[in-house]
Amino acid sequence: MIEVRLFATLRQGREKSIMLDSKDFPTARDILDHLDIIPGEVSILLVNGFHKGLEAQLEDGDVVALFPPVGGG
Amino acid sequence: MERRYERNIPALSDQECRLLRSKRVAVIGCGGIGGYLIELLARIGVGYIRAVDGDVFEESNFNRQLLSEQPLMGRPKAKAAEARVQRINPRIEVEPVAAYLDSNNAKEIVSGCDLVLDGLDNIRARRILAAACAEVGVPYIHGAISGWVAQVGISMPGDGLIDVLYPEGVSFRDRSVLSFAPSLCASVQAALAVKMLIGRPVETGTLYYFDLLNQEFETIKLDLGKKE
Repeated sequence: MIEVRLFATLRQGREKSIMLDSKDFPTARDILDHLDIIPGEVSILLVNGFHKGLEAQLEDGDVVALFPPVGGG
Repeated sequence: MERRYERNIPALSDQECRLLRSKRVAVIGCGGIGGYLIELLARIGVGYIRAVDGDVFEESNFNRQLLSEQPLMGRPKAKAAEARVQRINPRIEVEPVAAYLDSNNAKEIVSGCDLVLDGLDNIRARRILAAACAEVGVPYIHGAISGWVAQVGISMPGDGLIDVLYPEGVSFRDRSVLSFAPSLCASVQAALAVKMLIGRPVETGTLYYFDLLNQEFETIKLDLGKKE
């Protein structure tokens, strides 16, 4: 399984933490598609705490964290 | 040691306080984040503050901007910053720049400073600021807020922090800002600024992310080589 942790506004209408079957989600981009999150809604993507891109290859047991952009002042 | 700074001691040494008095910082934006930045830097005793903002106060500022006051409606934010600091300590030199940062003036605005602080409210200006700081060779401390959330990170010249935080096509779902977000953001930026100005160690390539709705505070190590 892959654990997906959503932060801040990405949690709106979704769970804080979502478990997904690793067989169905080879990359982080597949997870975004599944959760109906467009890439522009994600500023930072971490896999097991390491900063990665959307094409990061995922393995069973990975923890994916998604942070939305913050741009105001 | 002036009495006004005696409560800085011993958290800061006498020598560190004197060092702060000799330092020059530019605060880009005098709105939500910038207003608090200027307040905090003036209170702790930074000797020179360049306060940059081309905007004037309007009613929608009042929910969060420290410098906004009813009698200042329609007045320049940069001038309000200068007046506020002069009321706190007239010995602090404030240079108000009542202009928006753009690609024509950015280099001049960040020149001659030891450190630049980001109090901007849009990505376009942040990209211009990052480019100017890279060209001039001055570090800046990024800060941004949205709703209940604040984020802060140190950017060394040319490290690409802004490109990583705001990839092409980035979009925002939430344009609200609650009153505590800019004060928290500015406090973290100001603490990092003081550490840099007095030569204490800081972490670069790191983003501090604060979600005040869920009380979740994350320290994220960024791969600044990754610009996608």
